Amino acid sequence: MAENCPIIETRELNVCYGPVCVIDQVNMGVEPNRITAIIGPSGSGKSTLLRCFNRMNDLIPSFHMSGSVLFAGEDLYDDSVDPTEIRYQIGMVFQRPNPFPKSIFDNVAFGPRVNGFRGDLAALVEQSIRRAALWDEVKDRLKDSALSLSGGQQQRLCIARALAVQPRVILMDEPCSALDPISTQAIEELMRELSNEYSIVIVTHNMQQAARVSDYTAFLNPREDKISELIEFDQTRQIFTNPKDERTEAYITGRFG
Amino acid sequence: MADRIPGRFDRRMRRRRLEGQIFHVLCLLSILVGLGMLAALLLNIFMEGWQRVNWSFLTSFPSRHPEAAGIRAALFGSIYVIAVAGTLAFSFGVAAAIYLEEYASRNWFARVIQINIANLAGVPSIVYGILGLEIFVRFLALGKSVLAGGFTLALLVLPIVIIASEEALRAVPSSIREGGYALGATRWQTIWRLVLPQAFPGILTGVILAVSRAIGETAPLIVMGALTFVPFTPDGPLSRFTVLPIQIFNWVSRPQEGFHEAAAAGIIVLLVVLLSMNALAVLLRNRFQRRMEG
Ligand SMILES: Nc1ncnc2c1ncn2[C@@H]1O[C@H](COP(=O)(O)OP(=O)(O)OP(=O)(O)O)[C@@H](O)[C@H]1O
Ligand SMILES: [Mg+2]
Repeated sequence: MAENCPIIETRELNVCYGPVCVIDQVNMGVEPNRITAIIGPSGSGKSTLLRCFNRMNDLIPSFHMSGSVLFAGEDLYDDSVDPTEIRYQIGMVFQRPNPFPKSIFDNVAFGPRVNGFRGDLAALVEQSIRRAALWDEVKDRLKDSALSLSGGQQQRLCIARALAVQPRVILMDEPCSALDPISTQAIEELMRELSNEYSIVIVTHNMQQAARVSDYTAFLNPREDKISELIEFDQTRQIFTNPKDERTEAYITGRFG
Repeated sequence: MADRIPGRFDRRMRRRRLEGQIFHVLCLLSILVGLGMLAALLLNIFMEGWQRVNWSFLTSFPSRHPEAAGIRAALFGSIYVIAVAGTLAFSFGVAAAIYLEEYASRNWFARVIQINIANLAGVPSIVYGILGLEIFVRFLALGKSVLAGGFTLALLVLPIVIIASEEALRAVPSSIREGGYALGATRWQTIWRLVLPQAFPGILTGVILAVSRAIGETAPLIVMGALTFVPFTPDGPLSRFTVLPIQIFNWVSRPQEGFHEAAAAGIIVLLVVLLSMNALAVLLRNRFQRRMEG
């Protein structure tokens, strides 16, 4: 495989839920070991696009798509591809924290366990929780239920849970929307650190965050017909300093209509 | 700022509070009526049967002499039959619910099955007796045995277990399933490790209801050919048997006063068995819930 070939690539991707189409004609590539941000107004299909990358939308009966998504050059939606295998390699943190009703430890240990991890599980769990900037808050109560954590702590637990299976790509859907500035900063530092080994896609409503952490930025925006298209996809520096499309400029500077 | 829409709030707090209080009292009254009836019934039975409930009543076989008659055969019969029926209904019921909810949900085949299961739950129990007689007693040649009785009752309560389990599975939020899949868990791992534990308390409630129903059933077992006079405890799965409600029915229909007392005592035993099984299940359920919620 070529060095600079994108790890995930969409071609003419078009997604609908039943009769309602959400995104159209999306062509973009996620570069390996880089952070790619997806921005756009609420309801513009950012989560939808992200969920195409690990076949999470397969679970929604009304979902259908055309075009293709490639993962490391292979068609992700080919019949021969096992979604379970894909999701092991492409981890995800959801928009709403969804801890399992188990202990904090068991939440993080779940992924390694179901994937047959052989090694020091306790060390792996500790490292994952540390990286998610949660360790100091939970180290004395790993046996407590994850549901006893606060919303922001739950979100960081979900990040730790995704890290524990050591995926190649991590998809994060607004991971910081429930976090205070301190944990947000910790998560952003984590993303920078992780981008040495992992490819990261992050959906965010926070323009500063996109500008701070990401290398590439994709801007989704609904057309007249309410179906979103990819207005602009470029290096983050380019998007934020010298956007080619005036809609992009209006969105990132907060001017609308 | 937006303009204020003209209009006023007529909040009528007194009236709203009164409505709330009336409803509160109505609910209280209806539960008092129910509890009152139950208390009267229990009192009546305890007054009549209490002195008959003793060790020799529990360990004696039925007899022509009212004062010597005991409940032993029926008690053992009931426990064996319920053990068979409960185990079967639980395993088949949960498995069927998992298939319908987790594997086949939303296709037309599953929907047809679901509608039919709901209908089956409403079929009179005597019909199940006839079914049991034809299939288990005659066709499978199990005879009028503990096994045939257990199978028949299992069929009878299966729809209840399936419906309750489906309900419990449906109540598990899909975000939990997604969380499992997103970590590379297979469908079975997600069901077994995440969905089932969370649905288990609800499933157990369904099983409690089902078993409570089964233990009081008389008609299907009579149709199937359970005995009314059994001077022995069942010695194996193919042994003939009787159960508590049949024994009670038999005593009630005798003219002698002594048998009526025995019947009341039998009802007390039946209630104790029922309540202790329910208590066990509730205990299990609470245990489980505490472990999950921490
Ligand atoms: N499961 C679904 N079934 C039907 N329609 C859906 C489903 N999920 C999302 N949609 C629709 O698709 C559109 C895009 O939703 P999506 O969640 O991708 O938006 P988003 O960009 O992530 O928004 P937000 O920033 O608010 O999270 C919305 O109009 C939504 O109503
Ligand atoms: Mg979203």
